[in-house]
Amino acid sequence: MAIDAARLKSGGTGQSPFLSTAMFAPAVLYILLLVGGPFLLAIFYAFSDARIGNAELHFVGLENFRSILESPSFRVAIRNSLVFTIGSQIVVVVSANILAIALETAFRGRGIVRFLILLPWVAPISLGAIGWKWILDSIYSVISWTLVALHFIKPFSAPMWLGEPHLAIASVLLVHSWRIIPFSTVILLAGRTAIPKDIPEAAAVDGAGFWRTQFQIVIPMMRPILSVAVLFGLIFTFTDMTVVYILTAGGPFDSTQTLPSLAFALGIQGSDLAAGAAISLFLVPLLVILAYFMLRIARRAEVS
Amino acid sequence: MAVVETRDVTKVFKEGHLGAVNHVSFETREGEFLVFLGPSGSGKTTLLRMIAGLETPTSGKILIGGQVVNDLSPRERRVAMVFQSYALYPHLSVYKNISFPLKAQNVPKDQHRKKVEWAAGLLGIGGLLERKPRELSGGERQRVALARAIVREPAVFLLDEPLSNLDAKLRASAREELERFHRSVGTTSIYVTHDQVEAMAMGDRILVLNKGVVHQLGTPTEVYDNPADTFVATFLGSPPMNLVELGDVIVGFRPEHFLPSVNVTGATIPLRFKVDNMEYLGSEWIVSGTIAGGKLDSKKAVSRLPSALHLQHADVYDFVVPTRTLKFFDPATQQRVPEREIQWQ
Repeated sequence: MAIDAARLKSGGTGQSPFLSTAMFAPAVLYILLLVGGPFLLAIFYAFSDARIGNAELHFVGLENFRSILESPSFRVAIRNSLVFTIGSQIVVVVSANILAIALETAFRGRGIVRFLILLPWVAPISLGAIGWKWILDSIYSVISWTLVALHFIKPFSAPMWLGEPHLAIASVLLVHSWRIIPFSTVILLAGRTAIPKDIPEAAAVDGAGFWRTQFQIVIPMMRPILSVAVLFGLIFTFTDMTVVYILTAGGPFDSTQTLPSLAFALGIQGSDLAAGAAISLFLVPLLVILAYFMLRIARRAEVS
Repeated sequence: MAVVETRDVTKVFKEGHLGAVNHVSFETREGEFLVFLGPSGSGKTTLLRMIAGLETPTSGKILIGGQVVNDLSPRERRVAMVFQSYALYPHLSVYKNISFPLKAQNVPKDQHRKKVEWAAGLLGIGGLLERKPRELSGGERQRVALARAIVREPAVFLLDEPLSNLDAKLRASAREELERFHRSVGTTSIYVTHDQVEAMAMGDRILVLNKGVVHQLGTPTEVYDNPADTFVATFLGSPPMNLVELGDVIVGFRPEHFLPSVNVTGATIPLRFKVDNMEYLGSEWIVSGTIAGGKLDSKKAVSRLPSALHLQHADVYDFVVPTRTLKFFDPATQQRVPEREIQWQ
């Protein structure tokens, strides 16, 4: 009986090529249709003069790339993509670590605080961004209203949070951070609880204070999980266009445009599919590098 | 070096619950190796953690070197602790593990190498300094933990079951090494264990704890030969002391004192012993059975016999207990009471 059962079991999963193929196929199909297809199409368009509403298509070589590289908007977009991605990750790593430390020890109402912190991650990104658009609005901004009420600024001279290039960049960066912080906090919290209690205690007996224990023992021990959080954050922010699109639509004067939002603005809204495709291809090398590190971490986690 | 003292220390984890440690007072001697011995849940580790400063006592005082340390952080108490898990820093090399306390206590950097090499040399791990903890065996990890504890020459050593993660063979040699280590360093040490053999072998004195209460503090000979109550009498010794209730008193005698009458001279109490089970342990027999006849009829008892003797299963033999080895306990309080005359038959 036992042997029969074992044979049945192994036969079910290991020996039937049909079943494993059938189980695997949806995932492969999904990736081919929704990722692979558009990706190849983007490469194809990037070397053509495809435009919305124009049925004709000609091969134009590197012409699209040349004109993009010469455009100042594109250079601003690349700079912004890097500033938003790296800048928000710095804010995220610092804040998520502080939050994780604060939420590690038990206190009354910790469950509610954890839930509230996780909310921005659960809410749809577009809704969150619309909320921020109102919070940062030039007339109705609650931040400006509070600052006026506290007499930090005079009425009617409130800063245009989304209307001045530097403030707009800072605003977008902070909204990106707000978006990723919950996710990183949860990951870091898990990383902290995975560290045996003995280790920080040993550090305390060895004479280390709070900061030394954090920076020389706990955080270095969390490095693998910290890099997972950072890599996810980098990818989410780097490929995101919703926040910029809703908050500023790339403005003022393209000063907050990122690679994805510029590709969308030129390719879809401006009908120049070829230019949009070429711009989005610039995302690929950076994402490949990030993917490489992700896979390396995943493999290491498997080994240990 | 310093003396550790507790005065009426109590730790209650949850209000309204029984304390993990209840009114414990004791004092170590200078350079002593004191063992906290007790079953799991006896509060011995909690007591040690309070001395280390990892738990705050609910009430009572803890003194190190004559100074009340209740409000001092672990780093200010100048104690070193070896954890049951060793708690090595997995991302640091052995060298950096050992030098961490020096760094944390702001010892000038140019002295680090000398001190680390001294500590590593003392424990014979000089060749492992560049390795990571995960590349070490259990015994090597234990030595690294000891080296990390000794490197800054602490006033007091606290050891929380440091041998329990080693296999039996390694444990014996590690124990010996630890004894030698303590002799050469001479620092006041407190050692927590649930293993009575370790406690007897290593302790200058043993503090026997159960349910957070001190049952006895004494040398290994004192706690073994003169147990203060029935708990100490049965917790120490394997197999434990035989206890039989006789009238208004509990009488105790050790299995090694419960012998066939032909092997014993002097004043004895004769008892008939029916053998139920015999275990051969190479150097000795552990014989369990029941007493036959008299007031103690069908009471259970255990005897430890030299392996040269041969008894037959289910047979009844004439056994005796030397009168001077008898211990007497009060059935109500379980406390030891003075010797007295007893009607055995």
